[in-house]
Amino acid sequence: MSRSPAGRRTGRRHPFMGVALLLLGLFATGGLYAATSAGIAQASTPPVSTEALIDQGEKLFMANCASCHGMSGEGSQAGPTVIGVGALSVDYQVGTGRMPGAASGPQAAKKTVQFTQPQIDAMGAWVASLAPGPGFPDPKYYAGDGDVALGAELFRINCAMCHNVAGAGGALTEGKYAPHLRDIQPIHVYGAMVTGPQSMPVFNDQNLTPEQKNDVITYLRYLDETPAVGGFSLGSLGPVSEGLFIWLIGLGGLIAVAIWLTARSN
Amino acid sequence: MTNTLDNTKSDVGRGMRFTGWAANYVDERTSASTAVKALGRKIFPDHWSFMLGEIALYSFIVLLISGTFLTFFYDPSMTEIEYEGSYLPLKGIEMSVAYATSLDISFDIRGGLLMRQVHHWSALLFVAAIGLHMLRVFFTGAFRKPRELNWIVGFLLFILAMALGFTGYSLPDDLLSGNGLRIIDGMIKSFPVVGVWFSYLFFGGEFPGTEVIPRLYVLHIMLLPAILIATLAIHMVLLVVNKHTQFAGPGRTNDNVVGSPVLPVFAAKAGGFFFLVFGVIMLIASLFTINPIWNYGPYDPSPVSAGTQPDWYIGFADGALRLIPPGLEFVAFGFTWPINILLPTVILGVFIVLVALYPFFEAWVTGDKREHHIADRPRNAPTRTAIGAAGVTFYAVLWAAASSDLLATHFALSIEGVIGTLQALFFLAPVAAYIITKRTCLALQRKDREIVLHGYESGRIVRLPGGEYIEVHEQLSDYERWKLLDYTEYQPLTVRPNDKGRITVGTRVRAGLSRWFFEDRVLPIDTKELEDASKH
Amino acid sequence: MAQKPPGTDVVTGANQEERDPGTAVMVADSPVNPGLPPEHLRITDLDPKEEKKAERRIAMFFALSIFGSLFAATSYIIFPIIPGDMQSVRLNNMFVGLGASVGLLGVGIGAVHWAKSLMHGHELVEERHPTSGTEEERATAVEMFSQANRESGFTRRSLVRNTLIGALIATPIPAVVLFRDLAPAEDPTVVIKKTMWAAGTRLAQDPSGIPIKASQVTIGSAFQVIPEGLAELEYHRLEEKAKAAVILMRLPINELNESPERESWSYQGIVAYSKICTHVGCPVALYEQQTHHLLCPCHQSQFDVANQCEVIFGPAARALPQLPITIDAEGYLIAQSDFTEPVGPSFWERER
Repeated sequence: MSRSPAGRRTGRRHPFMGVALLLLGLFATGGLYAATSAGIAQASTPPVSTEALIDQGEKLFMANCASCHGMSGEGSQAGPTVIGVGALSVDYQVGTGRMPGAASGPQAAKKTVQFTQPQIDAMGAWVASLAPGPGFPDPKYYAGDGDVALGAELFRINCAMCHNVAGAGGALTEGKYAPHLRDIQPIHVYGAMVTGPQSMPVFNDQNLTPEQKNDVITYLRYLDETPAVGGFSLGSLGPVSEGLFIWLIGLGGLIAVAIWLTARSN
Repeated sequence: MTNTLDNTKSDVGRGMRFTGWAANYVDERTSASTAVKALGRKIFPDHWSFMLGEIALYSFIVLLISGTFLTFFYDPSMTEIEYEGSYLPLKGIEMSVAYATSLDISFDIRGGLLMRQVHHWSALLFVAAIGLHMLRVFFTGAFRKPRELNWIVGFLLFILAMALGFTGYSLPDDLLSGNGLRIIDGMIKSFPVVGVWFSYLFFGGEFPGTEVIPRLYVLHIMLLPAILIATLAIHMVLLVVNKHTQFAGPGRTNDNVVGSPVLPVFAAKAGGFFFLVFGVIMLIASLFTINPIWNYGPYDPSPVSAGTQPDWYIGFADGALRLIPPGLEFVAFGFTWPINILLPTVILGVFIVLVALYPFFEAWVTGDKREHHIADRPRNAPTRTAIGAAGVTFYAVLWAAASSDLLATHFALSIEGVIGTLQALFFLAPVAAYIITKRTCLALQRKDREIVLHGYESGRIVRLPGGEYIEVHEQLSDYERWKLLDYTEYQPLTVRPNDKGRITVGTRVRAGLSRWFFEDRVLPIDTKELEDASKH
Repeated sequence: MAQKPPGTDVVTGANQEERDPGTAVMVADSPVNPGLPPEHLRITDLDPKEEKKAERRIAMFFALSIFGSLFAATSYIIFPIIPGDMQSVRLNNMFVGLGASVGLLGVGIGAVHWAKSLMHGHELVEERHPTSGTEEERATAVEMFSQANRESGFTRRSLVRNTLIGALIATPIPAVVLFRDLAPAEDPTVVIKKTMWAAGTRLAQDPSGIPIKASQVTIGSAFQVIPEGLAELEYHRLEEKAKAAVILMRLPINELNESPERESWSYQGIVAYSKICTHVGCPVALYEQQTHHLLCPCHQSQFDVANQCEVIFGPAARALPQLPITIDAEGYLIAQSDFTEPVGPSFWERER
């Protein structure tokens, strides 16, 4: 009630006033934050291209990318042209850490991401300003709420031969490889399908429609979120790891048991 | 006939009386006591390497038990239905009944996935144990007379086990095993003259057809297990008749067996080991996924998974296929000879036939017609051990080739580099393995000789009055020394004319092989050498 | 018994002669077998308290086993499978399995421990006997066969014997012949050379069966293709797919090296090839858009799309068959005819 511990009345202030004020403050700041942060792409909403964003992107590009991709993005011996690759390409390549490229090898490998999402958006906006290219899709197409059965079927037919049925990755020719697909951000999966990075074929919207791409993303999400029913999955690499396991742990363990069994008791 | 246990009625409890009555009842109808007399206190020697065959036997029993459970829920039909089970990513997908029931076992029957995993892990262990057991028998020379026939029986068991494994993992009709069947179809089709016809007979028409899974099912649950059980019975009977070999040791001779009796020690250990093997398999099956068929999807000739390999024991054949260089095919008189398939098939066929016939080859080279019941230490038969090492290396190169793409991705190599290296190793590695193993065996034999004659280094350094340091060598006990002394050595055959006064080609070949086998040898020690050595 | 030197203590044959040792080195004056080593007593043999402790330990393992088995049975009930809930499947699998493992391992460890620590630990000796029977037994066996031979006249009556052998050889022949109908009556060498593709068949997407327009196939694309109509087949769908599966790609025209006869087989850089590997039949589906290599994942055969899919690595011996394509009036990609050679792995009658 409105009695303080010492027995005096606390006046007009309701004892729950403090709690109410705190809640009000929380809602206010949270709401304000949500409202203003809509502009900053959390990789869940496409960025809005403004002059400022394009300028910032140009500066970032000149500083980090132009040495290989040319001062106007025209490409050089060290890197292909980025004219026409679109903002989606930039989001994929830089967002997964593949770019800036490191030492040359059979292909650009995934590394630690070097830029924040706003910076990536900026570079993407500048590249998009050079020439039309693949842009960001409607977020509903990478929400991962599609048909998981159709997605799995499409994945098996179009993706599993390189990436393995469980997305564990696989070998390509001459030291190249298709990377594993676990815990990849949905927008990057979408970006890879549309832009066809390096050896990967291009899956345009007439090959896999945006809804079908969402179905594939849904299946990958299912793989990420579902526990392996049989126990530890040993890398989902199939009979090779299973065979290795049974020889080393199974047979090895039983030989250890046999040695114990036939050893002299003390 | 009176019950000989009657007079003990007064001083035994009711449990014992019942057992006595039951034993008498059975004996009067089956002569059971004769069997007990013959086998009850049979002696089995105790060494861990003698238990590898038991691992195989017990995993086979686990296979029978878990397999029987699965047969109550699995249906091999290839009729296409729409999946209505509880695994969401396959809901509504068209698949064969065989695949659908395998999914039901995994997701909708309690303990079903566990039994599937127990069954498959046990199968991998079964073949692995047979392989290692066979290697033990080879490297200890336990295939020598009187056990040559049991070697052939065991070899048949190995082939049957592989066939059972292959037919078994093809039953779920999933993408991975279906592609395996596709490869088998391609291999069958490559056979001259009869290939396409055989493929048609096997699949009941064009690949994949609707007959092959039910046919593999019949092979897997009826024909092959029946043949295997019968062959296994012969294997065990021969083992009991010949008695087990034993390693050399004090009190152990070629004329006896030293060890524990069946009742109670050996029965307790062997019976306990069965529970341990079963328990380990069950533990692995509880914690580790095997063959997640739901990831692969139903078999369809169009999709394929990166990292397509058969189960490990078929790996050597898959690897052999991968190592062939491009373009090996020719057409003669309008008929196609796919050498790229025929060559690995022939090479593997020759390899396994050589393995099967090795005991007869070695018996011919040594000319030794005595029975051998003392197991060799591998180092005391250097050429045999080196041949075995070369064989194992040959198999291992082929086995590694089957995972060439995984080697590439995991060790950041190119598949071309991996395959090229393995192609070179195919020829070089067995030779290198032979040379290194033979030299190592001879060196170990010499080391043993040193130890017998001069004792082992004790680690105690003593300074003599003159100032030199020496390491004190401890002599072995008589019992330990005997283990190092007791082995047979052979010498190269002296070529002699036969009765007709001629030296036949056969004799020359035999002498040449005998020289290759026994030219480098370390002779056993006699008492004079021992006495001389002990005088120092 | 333990006195014979190595290599000479042969098990004598039934005819009491020593078997030929061949090229074995017979060492004269060898050391002798020292006989069984002295008995080794265990703690449990010497100390009754240790014996009791071992007994309790063994009983504990057996008790643990009982607990494990009961736990497994209980888990079956308390960890049910909720349809669609993968976690419930995992828990059921794991707990029933772990319970059963404890149940089994408990018995095993207990039994082995009992044998090792409490059961009579001495080694016993059993004599071997020559594997062949005694002289008497062998003679009796030989006499039995001789008598049977005399009584039946088997060796003497050669006409009877030879016709019997002939009859026994002939009896299984019908059984072999009976297996002909494992396969249908048609000639397989004719059937496997034809696929579902024909002039005018539209190229359709796998698995939907929707036809593909040339304009959909952009540079760097790879489409998984089946003939139109295959997806709706009620019978033999997979058998037709196993021959008709095709992979469709588009390359820049200047990178495509076509022989003169095949220039009309592609359409503006769009090419279609059989997806069935000419090695042993796996689907060749890995397309690298930059190198235009096709890789088969089974045995790593590689085909160069820019050079009519000739083999550039791996065990395949022949290039992938090309499907001649063009477009129809509405812009859909169609086949001009069936493949001009059999698809898939090589076989004996391939060229005929």
